[in-house]
Amino acid sequence: MNTVTVRIPMPLRSYTLGADEVVVEAATVRQALEVLGARHEGILDRVLDPGGELRQFVNIFVGARNVQALDGLATPLAKGDVISIIPAVAGGHHECLRPMAR
Amino acid sequence: MTVRLPRDLRHALECWARENYPQEACGVLIGRQTETEVAITDVVRTRNLNIERARDRFELDPGDLLCAGERALGLGLDVVGIWHTHPDHPARPSETDRARAWEAWIYLIVPVRKDDVGEPRAWRLNGSGFVEKKLKS
Repeated sequence: MNTVTVRIPMPLRSYTLGADEVVVEAATVRQALEVLGARHEGILDRVLDPGGELRQFVNIFVGARNVQALDGLATPLAKGDVISIIPAVAGGHHECLRPMAR
Repeated sequence: MTVRLPRDLRHALECWARENYPQEACGVLIGRQTETEVAITDVVRTRNLNIERARDRFELDPGDLLCAGERALGLGLDVVGIWHTHPDHPARPSETDRARAWEAWIYLIVPVRKDDVGEPRAWRLNGSGFVEKKLKS
C-alpha cells in the first residue's frame, strides 16, 4: 500500500463535502477509487459502471498519463502518486437548434 | 449567481472563435467560485478531438483539461467551467451539450458567424436542464 492523492474535479465535489483532494492508501488505481468510494458515498457510481469498469465519460490520470495508456484500473501506484479524475467533456450545437438569422 | 468575464478574456474568446470558424472551438475557464459568483480569471484554448464533426461537435482533449487544472492549482485557482463556440448557431445549449454536461461547472457558449461574434451566454446544469446565469464583465 502506498499513500496517494486523488484529485476531485469540481463536478464531483458534492460527494466529498467540497474537498478537492482525498488522500488514500492503495496499491492500484482501482483500490484507490474503491477506498475513495467507501469514504464518500455515491462518488464511485459516477466513476465506475455497474460492472466495475471505468465509465465512458470519465478519464483517470496518474500523474500526466492516462491510465488507458497504462494498465487501466490495474495500474500500480507508487508512494506520492497523484490520481486525477478528469471528466470527459463534449458537446456542440445540434441540428435541431435554429441557425442564427443572417 | 453571477459569472464575471473580464473584457480582455472575452476578447480572447472572440479571437479564437473567429480563428476556428466554421469549426467549433473549445477550452477551459479558470477562476474562483463562491456561492454567489464565478469569477473567471483566465481562459485556455484546448484541442477539439472530434475532428470528423468539428463543425458541430467538440470533444475536449482530457490531457489539455488535466494541464489546465494543474495550471489553475498552481495559481491557487480552479477549473470553473468550459467554453465552446456555436458556429452559425445561437448561444443556447443544445441537447448534445445537455447530455454531456457536468454539474457545478459554468458552460460559456460563444456564437460566431463568418463576419461576426455574438454575445456569449453562461449556463449551468441544474438537475436535468441548463439555467442561464447573468454574465458581467
